[in-house]
Amino acid sequence: MYESPIRRPLITGETSYAKITEDIAQTVEGKPTKWWYLGFIVSVAALGLWFLTVGYLLFTGVGVWGLNKTVDWGWDITNFVWWVGIGHAGTLISAILLLFRQKWRTAVNRSAEAMTIFAVICAGSYPLLHAGRPWVIYWVFPLPNTYGSLWANFNSPLLWDVFAISTYLTVSVVFWYVGLIPDLATIRDRATGLRRKIYGFFSFGWNGSAKAWQRFESVSLILAGLATPLVLSVHTIVSMDFATSVIPGWHTTIFPPYFVAGAVFSGFAMVLTLLIIMRKAMRLEQYITINHIDVMNKIILVTGSIVGSAYITEFFIAWYSAVPYERYAFINRAFGPYWWAYWAMMTCNVITPQLFWSQKLRRNITAVFIISIFVNIGMWFERFVIIVTSLHRDYLPSSWAMYSPSWVEIGMFIGSQGLFFTLFFLFAKFVPVIAIAEVKSVAKSSASQYIKKTADQEGVDLKELNPQVVVPQLIDQYE
Amino acid sequence: MSKHYIIGVFGDEEPLLEAVKEVRASGTRIHEVYTPFPVHGLDELLGYKRSRLPKAAFLFGCLGFTLAITMQTWMLGIDWPMNIGGKPALAWPDFVPVSFELTVLITALGMVGTYLVACDFIPGNEAKMPDLRVTSDKFCMAIERDGTNAAAVTALLNKLGAEEVHEKELEL
Repeated sequence: MYESPIRRPLITGETSYAKITEDIAQTVEGKPTKWWYLGFIVSVAALGLWFLTVGYLLFTGVGVWGLNKTVDWGWDITNFVWWVGIGHAGTLISAILLLFRQKWRTAVNRSAEAMTIFAVICAGSYPLLHAGRPWVIYWVFPLPNTYGSLWANFNSPLLWDVFAISTYLTVSVVFWYVGLIPDLATIRDRATGLRRKIYGFFSFGWNGSAKAWQRFESVSLILAGLATPLVLSVHTIVSMDFATSVIPGWHTTIFPPYFVAGAVFSGFAMVLTLLIIMRKAMRLEQYITINHIDVMNKIILVTGSIVGSAYITEFFIAWYSAVPYERYAFINRAFGPYWWAYWAMMTCNVITPQLFWSQKLRRNITAVFIISIFVNIGMWFERFVIIVTSLHRDYLPSSWAMYSPSWVEIGMFIGSQGLFFTLFFLFAKFVPVIAIAEVKSVAKSSASQYIKKTADQEGVDLKELNPQVVVPQLIDQYE
Repeated sequence: MSKHYIIGVFGDEEPLLEAVKEVRASGTRIHEVYTPFPVHGLDELLGYKRSRLPKAAFLFGCLGFTLAITMQTWMLGIDWPMNIGGKPALAWPDFVPVSFELTVLITALGMVGTYLVACDFIPGNEAKMPDLRVTSDKFCMAIERDGTNAAAVTALLNKLGAEEVHEKELEL
């Protein structure tokens, strides 16, 4: 397939189908690096803290959190929304970019979608524990019961959330696994003994036949078509948990698009944080190139700007509404006792992503890594600001209160990071972290080696192409 | 059931596509072609009909939507109507999110289930493939030996750029 040579290559250096298989399979077949062991041990330690704090919580009750009568949503719901938001980038990469036929998706979709699944698991743990008695959590589902039956209330956004999050998790797992089957078969066919048996079991007898691939493509396309509105619906419904209430600062129609943009924004930041470490630790720089990081930074810039405009719009509308409570909620956010959280959010989410207008910074790995961490922190503060500053000074000044987390909440937050990273490290060890078959399918059109060959055949001199398009780094990549 | 197959092994997609065209033009029936990644246009060259999975997905979607609407209407409107501030028990707009989610859920699960069963991909199944290298870097064409002129087919495959041609008895 002919592709214009001015497109930046997605695979750099020498490549062939066999080499792609070899390079990606080595992450599963080889011994993990020292960095993997180190990271895994730290994650498991944090996971231990999660079990400890959650155990203490379950034996004692949610009173061990710092919540009070006025601020009854704190770090638990902040973390829930933060984690769900992070999940959104994975589905965006695997579904929306598939519909838009973006080839750079192929190198990052597997790990981004794994991130989605693990982030949604972490997210789900919060409402589960917030409910107080997780052993009766099945009460949220519309099941017959001894009260008559008194069914679940389908008018409640909290119930919509139950359906949205569980559907999202299920469909993400299914989508991820469908794409994984051919690659597990690749590992199976290279292995012997026990590994062959295990990967054989999980690859379901995949044989790579033309008929199977035809169905595979059809299923992938429809799953992408389903996951696209699904991912938009999930954070929309999460935002409705807030927007359908009558709390000042929550009761706004801007919430659904604002939450979805914020979710994609934070998700891409997390994808970058993870991939920058992973490409190095697993020696995958040839496949997850600086060009991939560059395009993801552009998405961060776009969604970050949407989020920034939403903050300003929100403030303006609060003033324009002339509702005293609404106005006060926003003045209190920016200049009240939680001013530091508000300005941390503004700095990290509005100013930091604007740095990505500079191509130099977009292509500087260290800068990208630091900015991605800032965005992660900023988006956490966004949820904290929305939840806590709106609640802590409600309509009745006599019940105004302050909130700060107890050690249990802090431990659970660090612990949920442990849960996330433990799952991610296990994924990186046992599953091909790049979609092998998909990368092969774009190799001909997007590997620098083949682009150069095509250009030579066509008599195009890569160096003489429009200099505005071809930056010096690009020429280096063809050399 | 095992049969004898002539297996042509190719190193890339272009010679494979060319070979599929030529072999079919010569009147030989191709049993199946195996590739490491989806090769575009291969299913058309092989004369495969379009997959009916999109239709199955649509039907599962209809099922999910019907189930969701019926469930919510029956539970809140018929079995246990609730008076919440005098508002109607059947508030249709409120049913949109759950109906959407259940439609997506049942479509996804139903379609993927259909796909796995149609391809006979069940956990633990043995892979029915002619060569282990097709999941890495080789493209294989399998032709049933019985009823064909084996020598002529082998010669044709060699002429069309097959890297190897061999006969195997296996179950495909």
